[in-house]
Amino acid sequence: MDRSSHSRSRRIAPFVALATAAALALAGCSSDSGGKKAEESAEGAAAGKADTPRMTVALVTHQSPGDTFWDIVRKGAEAAAAKDNVKLIYTADPSAGTQANLVQNAIDQKVDGIAVTLAKPDALKDVIAKANKAGIPVVGLNSGVSEWQKLGLMEFFGQDETVAGEALGKRLNEEGAKKAVCVIQEQGNIGLTQRCDGVAKTFSGTVETLNVNGTDMPSVKSTITAKLAEDKAIDYIVTLGAPFALTATQSVSESGSKAKVATFDLNKDLTGAISKGTIEFAVDQQPYLQGYLAIDSLWLYKNNGNYMGGGEQPVLTGPAFVDKSNVDAVAGFASKGTR
Amino acid sequence: MSMTQHADPAVTTPPAPGSKETDGRTAQRSLALRLLARPEVGVFLGAVAVLVFFLITAPPVRDGGAMANILYQSSTIGIMALPVALLMIGGEFDLSAGVAVITSALTASMISYQLTMNVWVGVIVALAVSLGIGFFNGWMLVKTGLPSFLVTLGTFLILQGANLAITKWVTGNVATDDISNMDGFSQAKALFASSFEVGGVQVKITIVWWLVFAALATWVLLRTKYGNWIFAVGGNKESARAVGVPVTFTKISLFMLVGFGAWFVGMHNLFSFNTVQSGEGVGQELIYIAAAVIGGCLLTGGYGSAIGPVFGAFMFGMVQQGIVYAGWNPDWFKAFLGVMLLGATLINLWVRQTATRR
Repeated sequence: MDRSSHSRSRRIAPFVALATAAALALAGCSSDSGGKKAEESAEGAAAGKADTPRMTVALVTHQSPGDTFWDIVRKGAEAAAAKDNVKLIYTADPSAGTQANLVQNAIDQKVDGIAVTLAKPDALKDVIAKANKAGIPVVGLNSGVSEWQKLGLMEFFGQDETVAGEALGKRLNEEGAKKAVCVIQEQGNIGLTQRCDGVAKTFSGTVETLNVNGTDMPSVKSTITAKLAEDKAIDYIVTLGAPFALTATQSVSESGSKAKVATFDLNKDLTGAISKGTIEFAVDQQPYLQGYLAIDSLWLYKNNGNYMGGGEQPVLTGPAFVDKSNVDAVAGFASKGTR
Repeated sequence: MSMTQHADPAVTTPPAPGSKETDGRTAQRSLALRLLARPEVGVFLGAVAVLVFFLITAPPVRDGGAMANILYQSSTIGIMALPVALLMIGGEFDLSAGVAVITSALTASMISYQLTMNVWVGVIVALAVSLGIGFFNGWMLVKTGLPSFLVTLGTFLILQGANLAITKWVTGNVATDDISNMDGFSQAKALFASSFEVGGVQVKITIVWWLVFAALATWVLLRTKYGNWIFAVGGNKESARAVGVPVTFTKISLFMLVGFGAWFVGMHNLFSFNTVQSGEGVGQELIYIAAAVIGGCLLTGGYGSAIGPVFGAFMFGMVQQGIVYAGWNPDWFKAFLGVMLLGATLINLWVRQTATRR
């Protein structure tokens, strides 16, 4: 390629781009259905703001990047922060060691309160003791319902995963299920394993677990399809995250199985599937509430010395069932990505 | 170029003229041995072994529907394993290939949804973005002379972060919105994610595309000048340049080919699941590379085929689903996968050594 044609093509490029954009607009490439235009710009209720002095709170979670669930927790925390005149510092890392460093980082910043998830309690023990020593109130959320008091946390907001699993198991009995498969999208995750164990505890039929590769949807779909073909007796699929439930419905229709789908956790597409009847029900642990209450409780403690749950009992945010009977009430909030 | 069978001129002393060859380097070998020395034969035998194994141990695999499911899983790996293999033959590899798939799907989904455009607009823009990422990788590599491991590791991290941050910034959530009710969706779904019936079994269209792409790649590799260039730049870049192979063009275009593959698989993901989660795709790049390596491509470049990775991807899909069909304890899933793959690779290695030993 000689020089002149190279520089010419460079000069032409912006015009080509412009012309293409114009052509697309003229050619009527816009979609008449769906899309942003169809989405209602339903803004969250704009509440007033507290006139208490500005305070800083750190929320440190074990979120892995890009998880819809944690996005909702964070939105709840941000809503509370905005109302309470709180500056929120959100940090997260799935590895326990890094999460402990992030808590230390918050202590070093001399924040007024720390909210932390206890996915791996032992790794956080020392750093929480340091925070207590520095006089920083610490609350727990989401995971660690059995450990929060031992570690010296003030309050806890979350769901007992085993209890949630047990509740789902009982529900399966009511639905008349005989054989269920519990789909784990992240092998070795304690919370997910507890859910499946909880289901097994109360469910009178048999439960098998199935590990799938959660970062590759086509593989999740194939694996569930394979499981349904391997064991034709399966009549209920229990997934542990909303996106996997939606994929499971595709596996069911492709394999011609009669299995029904139920799931833990919610998102906006899932509420649509529940009202259409392709998914039976979801067990919601109300992640928005966990984030909101964690921040709000630190504000209440600082400004009025209150303890939620009296400082003795955890504040349970789940399990709340969402099925056809109440999905319409939930759907509006889910479509905003807050429930 | 360790496996070529051409005699190397000028380095060794030629046998005296007229005398009979005695060192055997240029002697004609039997057809069977020559066949066994092809890069794809080892993996072919490995794949057959795995297939037979699961046909015996997992009765559901004998069903046509199960085979269609296994082939579907293989095809989503295989479509990406092809350009990754070509790139590997060309002496480079691409760690950003896994997340690039998701980048492409996110781009198409967000462009269509946010601008309320026909989904084809998003599909075309996503193609441009994917080719752009490939170009960037290749261009950085050629300009800086850094190893592709470093360059594409950088791109991998950039894309992983950008996927999440841009999705969150644009949509307010970490997954894209459902585009299944938008104009053009059903056409695009027909192209990228439909299925058709063969003898009562639903077959996914990705399987067809996979085989078409594999045939195309084989033809390019074995019958065109460009194919020779790929082998040449992977074997020895400097010698290739010395004999007039356009090294820069070949390397950059190979990376863009990976971009094309990422676009295609990304579109499949989007049109079969309607939404895309921004955190997906991490770790897939290693599966693509593994399929290429099991398929007989050398990590050092200059050697390999396009058919090998087809069997490599099939073996991966077969083992992954076969374990489930066999109903084995799921806790051992990853370990089984590792053992089967290692076993298959050993068969592959053994066949190649037997075939090239004299």
